[in-house]
Amino acid sequence: MAQETIVDAAPRQAMRGLNDPTLLKRRYAAERRFRIIGLAAVLFGFVFLVVLLGSIVANGWSAFLQSSIKLDVQLDTAIIDPTGKKDIDELYRADYTALARKALIAKLGVDANARPVRRDINGMLSRGVDVQLRDMVIADPTLIGKTVTVWLLAHGNVDALVKGHIDRAVPQERRQLNDRQVSWVDKLHASGDLKRRFNSGLFTFGASSQPETSGLGVALIGSLFMMLIVVLLSVPLGVAAAAYLEEFAPKNRWTDLIEVNINNLAAVPSIVFGLLGLAVFINFMDLPRSASLIGGLVLSLMTLPTVIIATRAAIRAVPPSIREAALGVGASPMQTLFHHVLPLALPGILTGTIIGLVQALGETAPLLMIGMVAFVADYPMTPMEPATALPVQIYMWATSAERGFVERTAGATLVLLGFLFVMNAVAVYLRHKVERKW
Amino acid sequence: MSVWLILLALAVAAALAAVIGVTRARRAVDGEVSKLHSRLGYYGAYLAILTVLPAVLVMGAWLALENAAVTRLVTNVLPDKVKTLAAPERKLMLGRIRSVAEGLPRLSAEDLHIIRSARFGVRTPDDARKVLESRNVVIGAAPEPFVIAAAYDQMVYKQSSRQLMTALVALLALACFVYGFLSIKPRLRARNFVERVILGGLIAASTVAILTTFGIVLSVLFETLHFFQLVPPDNFFFGQVWDPRFASADNNRGDGQFGLFPLLWGTLFISFVALSVAVPIGLYAAIYMSEYASQKFRAFAKPVLEILAGIPTIVYGFFALITFGPFMRDLGAAIGLNISATSVLVAGIVMGVMIIPFVSSLSDDIISAVPQSLREGSLGLGATQSETIKRVVLPAALPGIVGAVLLAASRAIGETMIVVLAAGIAANLTINPFEPVTTITVKIVSQLTGDLEFTSPQTLVAFALGLTLFVITLGLNIYALYIVRKYKEQYE
Repeated sequence: MAQETIVDAAPRQAMRGLNDPTLLKRRYAAERRFRIIGLAAVLFGFVFLVVLLGSIVANGWSAFLQSSIKLDVQLDTAIIDPTGKKDIDELYRADYTALARKALIAKLGVDANARPVRRDINGMLSRGVDVQLRDMVIADPTLIGKTVTVWLLAHGNVDALVKGHIDRAVPQERRQLNDRQVSWVDKLHASGDLKRRFNSGLFTFGASSQPETSGLGVALIGSLFMMLIVVLLSVPLGVAAAAYLEEFAPKNRWTDLIEVNINNLAAVPSIVFGLLGLAVFINFMDLPRSASLIGGLVLSLMTLPTVIIATRAAIRAVPPSIREAALGVGASPMQTLFHHVLPLALPGILTGTIIGLVQALGETAPLLMIGMVAFVADYPMTPMEPATALPVQIYMWATSAERGFVERTAGATLVLLGFLFVMNAVAVYLRHKVERKW
Repeated sequence: MSVWLILLALAVAAALAAVIGVTRARRAVDGEVSKLHSRLGYYGAYLAILTVLPAVLVMGAWLALENAAVTRLVTNVLPDKVKTLAAPERKLMLGRIRSVAEGLPRLSAEDLHIIRSARFGVRTPDDARKVLESRNVVIGAAPEPFVIAAAYDQMVYKQSSRQLMTALVALLALACFVYGFLSIKPRLRARNFVERVILGGLIAASTVAILTTFGIVLSVLFETLHFFQLVPPDNFFFGQVWDPRFASADNNRGDGQFGLFPLLWGTLFISFVALSVAVPIGLYAAIYMSEYASQKFRAFAKPVLEILAGIPTIVYGFFALITFGPFMRDLGAAIGLNISATSVLVAGIVMGVMIIPFVSSLSDDIISAVPQSLREGSLGLGATQSETIKRVVLPAALPGIVGAVLLAASRAIGETMIVVLAAGIAANLTINPFEPVTTITVKIVSQLTGDLEFTSPQTLVAFALGLTLFVITLGLNIYALYIVRKYKEQYE
């Protein structure tokens, strides 16, 4: 009886529960559920990745193709070069658009005396044909007076129709192209004179208010300048700092402070680096706004912690026996570092550097702060001139109102992702093939 | 460009000095290099460093101080009415003077002579102005006579400063070269000298990180204090309304309202949504990968998930803008909810997906670090694997997981591009996740794109916002790193 009182009620109930055959079933079911939820979480990540990339590819692949119209343009001497002196200024000012329109009228065989027809014709060709023909004539003035067959850029609306972005079912008052223009497009399309050709302009044009003549040229150059500056600044500084911290630094408060600092810098929001750039480089040091030099400096400071952390890991991975052997045959610590440790850590350092560059290439927010959101139509020749960057161009296009830019934006995103993919692939290759396993 | 010329000359000098150093060292021991203290190359490096380094340091210091000194000298000759101007206007005036001064060296000798005569009162200032206008020098509208005079002074000061600097640098390089040349003897410890210099360089490189932090704190703090001179701090910290009213002609000393609260609320709301997406998914993914998945699946799945963290945030923002936002809006319409295409929900979910890898990777490491003996003990008592995870592994890993979540939270709070494109721009105090709100980062961007005036509170408020952001994320990071580090030590 005394024992009965000691045994508590709860364990007895638990004992009864344990003998319950359905309990085990329930526990196993819970086990399975738990496992499935885990798998579902991983798969959710995959699915989102596929949807994200899929949506961008679906929106953007067509940006690599651009509609052009094949025209036989007569480069009329009377219009291009009335004085006959082939003066460059004269050639610059000539009305090439008129020539292109004339050629289009001839091709379509329409009567262009009526004003609405003329207006519709104007709406078929891009404003960029002017530049296209002009550059051709200036490059080769002997063409003047001859008739040349060229592919000229169609208007953005024509391109949108061909790509199916304009709904033909919409009544023509609310459509960007009217019925006559649509019938012309169909006619040209059927005769093979209107085709989607590879859009090299996406990579060469600068900023423009028309989607069909805007491109990534300036952004690519700006990004290239910035990446060069980042490599030149953050790699030497980062490797030197890492080498000091790993190989020479005494364990004291100062070193601790530096370490905590580096870890924190790696987690500071990128936009704060932009504020630093704005306050120090632009307001205090009076460097030119929008220049890729400042962008490069800001991105270098951002990349530095990544390079330092990666380099430290790579240096730490070099076994101590290497150092001891070098020191043992009389090398100084500095010689050990430069002749043995750093060369052996090189693949790891390169991998870290590339990862840092990938971050820097995709970074947008700090560049907005230092005024790289600029309408830059001309190629920058030096890092001191205004430029944009690849992700900033994406931002600018994404926020522009015109529908035609959506496709460009997605195309630019694909270009950016392409670069990142290649760089990551190089990093993975280095990590797997070149890096030495100790 | 003369600075580059000097640097080029110094580079040539360094190369020459290196050759001379090597030759001198070899001569000193009559070719028996084994008698030298250091290897031959170090003597070359010794002489090269000695020649160039002091010169470069002096030049750097000179250039850093030159502008301030010249500005000061020029300010001294300005009329009193300019000297007594408020700081921003005086700065504007100095800027005008500088842009004229930059044009002066392009003038021909005669033109310059006219300017000089005008400066010293031989000719009228009008003559000078005409010359400048005819030579396309930027002088702005109707320059006062003293602008051209001051610009002339500035040019003269600058030119003489450069000449002085060039002479000094050349002299210093020569003196150090001679000293170094004479000091090369077989017993000279050239290697130790070179290595000390290199070590100094390494230390300097490692302080760049510290300098960056100082730069961030000081620059942002300085502008923030500036802001608080114009707008009282309690208006900023406790204000409930965000309405900065961009500066216009009649409204320069902005009487806008700079309440932080709506922005902070938007930031925290979106971060909360993001974390409620990222934490369960990231945690379950981490558990699955570290406890259940086969080696092969893990080797494939981990890098794929980490791609999510490698995609630039602008890409997520664009995706939210053109695909996910409209999709949610249509979905809401289909089930009778009014979901805005730019809303807390859209931005929060997309951001949540972005930070899944931050949670999952860190948690994965932490869960893997829980000692195997704990699992074996639990399994040995008959617990199923999921019971072991829930009752033993997770509690043991909890502090580390909290650290990971805090790091992810700091990411979410500081994230910019997703919210710029997907959260909206109207400061909106709402608890409805289907409505747009705005965040601190969005407002920093919108206050700083376009024309900047470092005198108006509309621009400066961005720095106060930046400081707030920096302090919040710094606090989260330090605490998170502290937890993670402490936890790591526990099982090592």
